[in-house]
Amino acid sequence: MDVTINNIRKDFGQFPALHDVSLSVGTGELIALLGPSGSGKTTLLRLIAGLEQPTEGRIFFGGEDASHKSVQERHVGFVFQHYALFRHMTVADNIAFGLKVRPRATRPPANEIKTRVADLLDMVQLTGLEKRYPAQLSGGQRQRVALARAMAIEPSVLLLDEPFGALDAKVRKDLRRWLREFHDRTGHTTFFVTHDQDEALELADRVVVMSQGKVEQIGTADDVYDRPNSPFVFSFIGESSHVPVTLKAGEILFQGESIGLSEQGGDCDGTLFFRPQDVVLTDHSNALSGKVTASRRLAGTRIAEIDISGSGEAHHIEIEVPLEATVVVGGDLSFRPTSWKIFRDAA
Amino acid sequence: MNHPAIDHSRQDPPKIPFEPLIERNAAISEPTWVRWSLIFVALLFLTLFLLLPLVSVFTEALRNGLGPYFAAIVEHDAIASIKLTLIAAAIAVPLNLLLGVSAAWAITKFEFRGKSLLISLIDLPFSISPVISGLVYVLLFGANSYLGPILKGWGIEILFAVPGIVLATVFVTFPFVARELIPLMQEQGTGDEEAALSLGANGWQTFWYVTLPNIKWGLLYGVLLCNARAMGEFGAVSVVSGHIRGLTETMPLHVEVLYNEYNFVAAFAVSTLLALLALVTLALKTILEIRYGEQLSASRKH
Repeated sequence: MDVTINNIRKDFGQFPALHDVSLSVGTGELIALLGPSGSGKTTLLRLIAGLEQPTEGRIFFGGEDASHKSVQERHVGFVFQHYALFRHMTVADNIAFGLKVRPRATRPPANEIKTRVADLLDMVQLTGLEKRYPAQLSGGQRQRVALARAMAIEPSVLLLDEPFGALDAKVRKDLRRWLREFHDRTGHTTFFVTHDQDEALELADRVVVMSQGKVEQIGTADDVYDRPNSPFVFSFIGESSHVPVTLKAGEILFQGESIGLSEQGGDCDGTLFFRPQDVVLTDHSNALSGKVTASRRLAGTRIAEIDISGSGEAHHIEIEVPLEATVVVGGDLSFRPTSWKIFRDAA
Repeated sequence: MNHPAIDHSRQDPPKIPFEPLIERNAAISEPTWVRWSLIFVALLFLTLFLLLPLVSVFTEALRNGLGPYFAAIVEHDAIASIKLTLIAAAIAVPLNLLLGVSAAWAITKFEFRGKSLLISLIDLPFSISPVISGLVYVLLFGANSYLGPILKGWGIEILFAVPGIVLATVFVTFPFVARELIPLMQEQGTGDEEAALSLGANGWQTFWYVTLPNIKWGLLYGVLLCNARAMGEFGAVSVVSGHIRGLTETMPLHVEVLYNEYNFVAAFAVSTLLALLALVTLALKTILEIRYGEQLSASRKH
């Protein structure tokens, strides 16, 4: 089912949690809501579920206005961050819950519920654990029980709140791959909330980058990494360095001196962003240069920390240098970004 | 090449000196004589203030043998007081169970204005003297009040009758269930309920299948304390009772009357029933705490 969100605003008392969020998602898409804590990503997820009501704006499920529908009516599968499994019920009873609470007219007969539960357990690869209680399961198993429970009601949309948040690193990786396969197999429109950019970029068809209650950018992993459209996205996704610059007659100036880069457009102040690996060392004076303050060897690369402040306030940036280059701490180093983006200051 | 044999003995872990099972930590352990004196003082206190009274209740009750003891219990007024006590508890406890669960549910699952005021109000019966609680009903329903004569005109007697006793009991025992459930439900949060709702359950199903099983032991604990207090309440009930023998006397009131009449054997005989109630309550409470301790609320003040 496709989901359309139109100009949603949500206030908690005086505090605006979301403002003017719009989003359009096609059937079967896997969407990551990515942002730092407090960015409103979980609030957006809960609004889609109907666990919160928007202050303003509308939510459409498949063309139908669901804005004022209750959680039950929206028929979404919601997997909670800490799973919220019913601790006094067995795995089988947890999964069957959504079917057992249906009114008599639409409730499947007991034996059908039983086969459905068995099928779902098979789908999440937990066959044989139906008699266990949640306390007797590992984190990853609980996660999958929660997913099976949400899937039991044949939801129109699947919503996952920090699905890997409470798991250790190894299980996270495995479960990430598993979830992608699961999604491809079942084809549900899926939203998941995460603050882990690796998770979002690897798993999602499209990533919704959020900050302070606003959507910063919506796009594929390539879009948000290679073509970030705001300083926030550039610095939030991946490693980056930034330098305050001035544009003058198509030249980019740092502290009044040309650094050998040019950019179209009128004269103004701005900030130059680039990735640490997108630089080339040069002995040209027409470049960024400074004193090396530290040098670290990472697996396949070397990172140099350079103070490019010159006479001004200390400004440390990190760049990747070739392993064969000689980097002397305390020595001078000049470099020039090969790929960069300038965000102009608002006039 | 001749490899030298590996000398395993060299890799033996260093010998750890024998450690006593209970390590004495110099920072927190006192000299032996201090510890024993503290234990002695505590035991002496318990014996003097708890055990001796309990024993004396039973010895006084049985002073003239089993015959007078049972005669005092099955005597007409005693039976009437037992009945009235059971009636008051049978109404007050289920009522407070319902009210307590509703109050705890409202406070922990919803956000609304005046929440902290409501929490303070729930505590009110604990913070004021039971005599005052009784007096409030006298003021509300007495002969000089506004409500009393009207109700009397309809043939409804509140004061110096069973309804007054029940009302006073309900008021005094109201906080037990709510007080037990609020911290417990606050700790459990609303996650499970939201999960149930998202799976299509309605409010009632959510409460019945999800909330209630999560709080059942805490609820039982609260009901137990509520019941003990309902049966043992003296002050508030005494004010509204009017002390009509065989009609408006609960067991604690009956004990007082008998005692004031120097009928010590009968007074203590009825007291043994209340003492037994206390002992049973204590035993059940302890069992609950041991078996389901982590499912009861952490803050248990009453």
